[in-house]
Amino acid sequence: MGLLDQKFESSNVIVTSFDKLLNWARLSSLWQMQFGLACCAIEMMAASASNFDMMRFGVIPRATPRQCDVMIVSGTVTLKMASRIKRLYDQMSEPRYVISMGSCSNCGGPYWEHGYHVLKGVDRVIPVDVYVPGCPPRPEALIEGLIKLQEKIRNESLVKKKAV
Amino acid sequence: MIKTTLDIARTSTGKSLRTEEMVVNMGPQHPSTHGVLRLEVVLDGEIVVDVIPHIGYLHRCFEKHCEHMTSYQQVIPYVDRMDYVAAMTNEMAYVVAAEKLLKIEVPERVHYIRIIMAELQRIASHLIAIGTFGIDMGAFTPFLYYFRDREKILDLFEMTCGARLLYNYMWIGGLSHDLPPQFVEKAKQFCVDFKKTMKEVNDLLNYNEIFIKRTANVGVLPKDLAINYACSGPMLRASGVDFDLRRDDPYTLYNKFEWNVIVGKGEVGVVGDVWNRNMVRQNEMWESVRIIEQALATLPEGDVKKAIPKRIRPTPGDAYGRVEGPRGELGFYIVAEDSVTPFRIKARAPAFVNLSVINEISKGAMLADLVAIIGSIDIVLGEVDR
Repeated sequence: MGLLDQKFESSNVIVTSFDKLLNWARLSSLWQMQFGLACCAIEMMAASASNFDMMRFGVIPRATPRQCDVMIVSGTVTLKMASRIKRLYDQMSEPRYVISMGSCSNCGGPYWEHGYHVLKGVDRVIPVDVYVPGCPPRPEALIEGLIKLQEKIRNESLVKKKAV
Repeated sequence: MIKTTLDIARTSTGKSLRTEEMVVNMGPQHPSTHGVLRLEVVLDGEIVVDVIPHIGYLHRCFEKHCEHMTSYQQVIPYVDRMDYVAAMTNEMAYVVAAEKLLKIEVPERVHYIRIIMAELQRIASHLIAIGTFGIDMGAFTPFLYYFRDREKILDLFEMTCGARLLYNYMWIGGLSHDLPPQFVEKAKQFCVDFKKTMKEVNDLLNYNEIFIKRTANVGVLPKDLAINYACSGPMLRASGVDFDLRRDDPYTLYNKFEWNVIVGKGEVGVVGDVWNRNMVRQNEMWESVRIIEQALATLPEGDVKKAIPKRIRPTPGDAYGRVEGPRGELGFYIVAEDSVTPFRIKARAPAFVNLSVINEISKGAMLADLVAIIGSIDIVLGEVDR
């Protein structure tokens, strides 16, 4: 649409690399795991509701990890919850991405010092691709984080062998 | 008396089919448990025999933090994060308790602004409650309508104190900022616009035939059970108990305004069912708009801060302050010793108390109705686990 509209009236051949085509498809439909933990979940809801409308980036909330590409860890990760998050992450199919939303899941946030039941950063249990700071981050910040993730996916290569 | 499948499922010869009970785990990752609640559901076929809630997935050590802060004021941000859907109300409950402990009288303008903010927050909280409840029942559009209006409230909060969700706006002895210019006009405009949306959503959701079929006569909470379980807020009022702290234990200047306590009437279904709980919330928003309009019209001039020392050192003692939050009676019990930090702060969280009744009201319901029941209790896990 937008980009390709009215540009191919007579011919329908595009020359591109396989990587770019795959990446373009992947980054345009990042299905997100519908999974709220704490305060940030409310901002995540606001980001997918009327005013911010995350669906225009192809981010559709799904209820099961098996269908998801990206997990947005939105809120405080407690020790009791950490093992569940690990398990949910393991259930996602590759390639999978994680956005850590908010100070709590970045580093423990306001609970970093005395929070005896708070995990000091979700990156202690699962790998994180994008960190979104804020307590809670505004919906615009979350969308910025998603765009950063899209940039990351755009520069990846599924075809070439990974350097070991 | 639980009607099980044994009574229903019979073969043509009249013999009943034998079924076994099954335990299903619901949550902590589930789209309609409203957070990280985990329910252990014992099922007989599709009928719920027992529900055991497991909590603690969002325990963020609230009391520990209160004890380790360097002053009474530093507790307010943690209070915000307890019930993150209604942060203003939480702040209000805490400062009411702290001011009771310190025996401070705040200026009249502070009372007015606090009431405006608390009622705006009540509307914002109920918008989320009804919107997400609609999603649970399969209606997505009202959620979008209500979030559009919620953003307008958040804009009002943002222009006042800079934050969208967690404000740190009400301070002990006053407020962090005065109202900005244009606030009163914008808030009045919001009240006018919002009344239209409420009418729309009434047509779209609350009196929708499908919605009524899903919610009426489901999860009935009788009056005596509600009182025995110490339920409060819309949960209690929907069961027909006429009790509202804003009227019965007026904590600021609520008795100056004209408004009604909304009680479930059983217009559709029976008193105390899921539909009535939802409708009490819907109608409470009308009353909140009424209070806001009156408060905006008679907003007095004056100072918004009372001079209090930076390091508060109260005389040893204790105080309990309570307010009517969107979910019910929210109270803070502060114990002070001869120190600049509180000795202990205990929160009486309405969502926790209301959740305890789930076992009683969902016995005998279908599994699909359990989702409706959870949605109608309107829990916030940050407050349940603290």
